[in-house]
Amino acid sequence: MSAILDSVNSMIDMKRFLSGGAVIQPIWVFVVAITIFFSVMSDHFLSLGNLTNILVQTSTIGLIALGMTYVMINGNIDLSVGATLGLAASLSVGLQDYGITVAVLAAIASGVVLGAMNGLIVWKTGVNAFIVTLGAMIGVRGLIFVYTEEQSFYASNFAFSDFGISTIGPIPVLAIIFLLCALLMHLVLKKTVHGRNTFAVGGNPEAALDAGIRIGRNMMVNFIIVGFFAALAGVFLATQMGASTPNLGRDYELWAITAVVLGGTKLTGGFGSITGTMGGVLAIGVLRNGMNMMQVPAFYVLVILGVILISVLIIDQKINVNSSKGVQV
Amino acid sequence: MAVAEQIKQGSILGEKRKADLLSFLSAQGILMFFLICMFVFSLFSEQFFSQGNIMTVVRQASIIGIIAVGVTVVIIGGNLDLSVGSMLSFATVLVVDLHDKVGPAEAILIMFAATLLLGAVNGFLVGFMRLNSLIVTLAMLSAIQGLVLIYSGGQNVDIADPGATWFSEFGRGYLFGIAVPIIIFALLAIIIQIAMSFTSYGRRIFAIGGNPTAAVYAGIRKNWCVFGTYLISAFCVACAAMVLGSRVMGSQNNVGQGYELLVLAGIILGGTSLLGGAGSIWKTVIGVLILGFIQNGLLLLGYPYYTQWLVTWVIIILAVWLDLANKRKSLLVRHP
Repeated sequence: MSAILDSVNSMIDMKRFLSGGAVIQPIWVFVVAITIFFSVMSDHFLSLGNLTNILVQTSTIGLIALGMTYVMINGNIDLSVGATLGLAASLSVGLQDYGITVAVLAAIASGVVLGAMNGLIVWKTGVNAFIVTLGAMIGVRGLIFVYTEEQSFYASNFAFSDFGISTIGPIPVLAIIFLLCALLMHLVLKKTVHGRNTFAVGGNPEAALDAGIRIGRNMMVNFIIVGFFAALAGVFLATQMGASTPNLGRDYELWAITAVVLGGTKLTGGFGSITGTMGGVLAIGVLRNGMNMMQVPAFYVLVILGVILISVLIIDQKINVNSSKGVQV
Repeated sequence: MAVAEQIKQGSILGEKRKADLLSFLSAQGILMFFLICMFVFSLFSEQFFSQGNIMTVVRQASIIGIIAVGVTVVIIGGNLDLSVGSMLSFATVLVVDLHDKVGPAEAILIMFAATLLLGAVNGFLVGFMRLNSLIVTLAMLSAIQGLVLIYSGGQNVDIADPGATWFSEFGRGYLFGIAVPIIIFALLAIIIQIAMSFTSYGRRIFAIGGNPTAAVYAGIRKNWCVFGTYLISAFCVACAAMVLGSRVMGSQNNVGQGYELLVLAGIILGGTSLLGGAGSIWKTVIGVLILGFIQNGLLLLGYPYYTQWLVTWVIIILAVWLDLANKRKSLLVRHP
């Protein structure tokens, strides 16, 4: 009897283990696996220089994904982050005549304002976040073109692009900032009232409302967070390139959403974690970098990522009985 | 007593009439908006309301329109299709590249088969595996983009002699004085609207989109129906690729990039709910045409092309907001 109970218990543990509820999330198993694979396949992959390089390369998508995790745990989605990134990048380079600090602050402010606007519209009008941010995605791109008049900008002040390649010890500054942001977002999600409320609103909005949570405000704060991070990612990208183009950030929303979903966050809301998202971000980063090292054309990464994303969905469905409930025909 | 009853009845009838008017406005609001737009643009621009200009706009809008017709069916069934943009790139590159290699008819056949296969993959994953359609088609968007680049090796493709092939008729030809793209668009829209309204398959798609569980209990084979909607969407993309490839007589690898968003914008503007179970093809046609006419009108008024994106931003949200406000009888949501 106890043997049966034990085996049932271990099965449940296995389920929790695999579904990311407990110790290790499946995406991290995948990250470790591909890291080992590429280390064996390529001589240059496993070096401190390359690993920090991966962190810098993924910091752009990663920062957006941090904020996107909050919005998606909320049960919303933000498609406008790519355009927000582009606007922030253009502002941070284009306004440098007023000083770098002013330019960067203006860029970040633009992201915060756009996020607040998206959040306010979702809150007050009740229009689905998908539609609101789809509109913003198209419209903000228009704003970029209005501001830049279809021109690319180049940073004349080299202090700006020097920041992008500066390091503390052997670690690039951008990677450090990214990791600190991730740590901060993890703690906020796990330890603060706002983090708890974010889960509650995504899990069951009506119950959250009845429990006295100001769900509209909670959503709006999360849209501001994702707007802030998208703008920060824009500044990061601009410092790395020392320039900005009006089309910068196209498709970044897709990459960020892919990273978040790979990390186990549910589109329906109420479930997700920053650790999972970091796994998703690193999975994308390691795959891209490792396949470059193996001199595989970049096209194949797109196909492989698509296949992995679908596989993760299938595995997730097989493990979580809850997600496949409904009558079968 | 009798008088009181009469008054009561009268007032009820009056209210009913008012409600009818409201629901009529809500249903036809987008049409009204369309007519107002046309009126305003024709006030400020002489050319706008000319027959030539209108035909040009409809012809330009027909590629997005053809795709939107198919995606509308998917959305009515309660799913999304974000992969249509990449699929359009794929199909266009394929048909243009194969045109000179195996001949136009074979190229079109192979292109239709390949595109339908991609649609079948979507349909299998969403219909039979029951995965989330947003993520599946997002993954397919990326995967198909990769496939296009692998197939073409990153090179643009073109047709060597555009003048010497009947393939050019699809994008450049005229039939009875009407451009062929418009005819294909209209035919597809009419056939699929009729199918959605008058066939049992159409009814089933509405039922599945409205309440999947109830639909299954009513004996509808949900898997196959959803599978079918993705085939319809892929078929429409293939038709659009035929028109696009024939019009340009060449293709870039990313020719369809971003089309999924314009298509969605048109569908949302038309008033089809993303939740499924409601909507119609003709609404989508109007939504797509509104986007086309706004683009054209703004250009004729001398604004740069990207101003249309700002206008699209505002009207998409406004259209959905007003529709919602009408349903709940209050402009704003009250929760804190």
